[in-house]
Amino acid sequence: MWDYIKLVVLGVIAVAAAIAANYARDLAYMVNALTVMIAAAITFLYVLRTMGDRKPAPANEYLDGVVRAGAIATTFWGVVGFLVGVIIAFQLAFPALNIEWAQPYLNFGRLRPLHTSAVIFAFGGNALLMSSFYVVQRTSAARLWGGNAAWFVFWGYQLVIVLAATGYLLGATQSKEYAEPEWYVDWWLTIVWLVYLAVFLGTIIKRKEPHIYVANWFYLSFIVTIAMLHVFNNLSIPVSVFGSKSVQVFSGVQDAMVQWWYGHNAVGFFLTAGFLGMMYYFVPKQAERPVFSYKLSIIHFWALIFLYIWAGPHHLHYTALPDWASTLGMTFSIMLWMPSWGGMINGLMTLSGAWDKLRTDPIIRMMVVSIGFYGMSTFEGPMMSIKAVNSLSHYTDWTIGHVHSGALGWNGMITFGALYFLVPRLWNRERLYSLSMVSWHFWLATIGIVLYASAMWVTGIMEGLMWREVDANGFLVNAFADTVSAKFPMYVVRGLGGVLYLLGGIIMAYNLWMTVRAQPAKAPVNANNFVPAE
Amino acid sequence: METYSFLRQFADSWMLLFMMILFLGVVGFAFRPGSRKVQSEAANSIFRNERKPAAEATTGPNSKEA
Repeated sequence: MWDYIKLVVLGVIAVAAAIAANYARDLAYMVNALTVMIAAAITFLYVLRTMGDRKPAPANEYLDGVVRAGAIATTFWGVVGFLVGVIIAFQLAFPALNIEWAQPYLNFGRLRPLHTSAVIFAFGGNALLMSSFYVVQRTSAARLWGGNAAWFVFWGYQLVIVLAATGYLLGATQSKEYAEPEWYVDWWLTIVWLVYLAVFLGTIIKRKEPHIYVANWFYLSFIVTIAMLHVFNNLSIPVSVFGSKSVQVFSGVQDAMVQWWYGHNAVGFFLTAGFLGMMYYFVPKQAERPVFSYKLSIIHFWALIFLYIWAGPHHLHYTALPDWASTLGMTFSIMLWMPSWGGMINGLMTLSGAWDKLRTDPIIRMMVVSIGFYGMSTFEGPMMSIKAVNSLSHYTDWTIGHVHSGALGWNGMITFGALYFLVPRLWNRERLYSLSMVSWHFWLATIGIVLYASAMWVTGIMEGLMWREVDANGFLVNAFADTVSAKFPMYVVRGLGGVLYLLGGIIMAYNLWMTVRAQPAKAPVNANNFVPAE
Repeated sequence: METYSFLRQFADSWMLLFMMILFLGVVGFAFRPGSRKVQSEAANSIFRNERKPAAEATTGPNSKEA
């Protein structure tokens, strides 16, 4: 019966998408509608062909198929996102790379949101989906709630990524940073996200462990807060149901404030809280000792939750935003330093008594560097939120450097560590294919980040100083174009840093592939040890 | 009083007090007597059930009182 309902719904979606493509008012909408139509048709065929041969889910096994799919997607989108990043870095250094015949599709303006969304939402998002599904099952000692709902979340999320990415290239954007997708993608993501919340919460509710492990608190806060932020920041009215354009409900400074309330908490809850969930599980697991202080992790959690949500206004210093609001944002940003460093210390000290592992285990090394970058960028961030510093740093490349030391250093490295931890376990392999490749990845990525961040510090501060330089008569000394040409060497260095980071990502992809491909599966210790592919 | 001023005043008086007390309460709760044992149990919970779900709630919420 349930299968028939699914078929009807999928059929209706496919037909409606075909009609929408026919009436489409713009190219992006038409391509997106066709994508939805194809996705619905494929799912329709899949449901049709597997009808009737469904077995009841084995309650004595974890649902790891979706985690495996997530590991593949994370690796794939990571490499894609890094590649687009390298391309746009060189487009900035050499504008001729905005190739003439590929205009307007492949110019910097359209590739840039493709890069940010690919790394944050496709790479980071899949890493969070995958790791949260893995961690919540292990720490709850229960199979994922909701049967195949987790698979719906996974494929639904991939559809969001594809719709957003093709939409950007074809010109559909609502021009909100990190929230560029247009209204219908937003609606679809809301549905997917609520199912994600249900699966995660459902698993926690039916847990067999008495406690909710702290990693799950971080994951849960990430899921709940992103749902709230996403809905409020994307309140918009479509101009036509057959077009991608929509108009924001908020306007002016209110819109700006909502946007940066969203934008900063995308950093705070997506890239920080969610990834801290990863840190609190994978670092103790890899170090084979419990977290340094569970008490501190609880305080870390609540302090982060109470403070982060207020920090958004620091993106709007010296604008039409009321002074009190931007002062509030600055104050809370500075206070955030304390829980952030508490969390960093907690992560690092988990290794106390096991520091020798740093020499022998490149995965631990990766995690430690990741926590180090977490500490560094959460020191840099509050500093940049101070109004006096911000007057120099804002609108310059310093901001870009800050974001990347956080994203490449903290989010990237902890995700790599988690992937190296997970892949042998998920595919039941004895060990990774090559530890020396992990070391290569580690050094390439670390040197890449250092090149990137230092180039951006130099060019950012130089640019800020050049913009504010005045002569004896009070006239500005430099034209904007002067700063652009002065930045050229640093832009090349930044691009090279990106190349190193991308190389590391490719090595990781190869290493993980060979881990699964070239090694025999471990002999199962008992029947339940062997988890069949689903 | 118009909505803006009311909300503004409410936010930096009663709401601020409420949030502050809630936060201190939560932190205080983490330090309650007897929390050490519970917390170290939770911290070590990641080292079991790696392969398959627990069949029964072994140290479950119900068996704790016993």
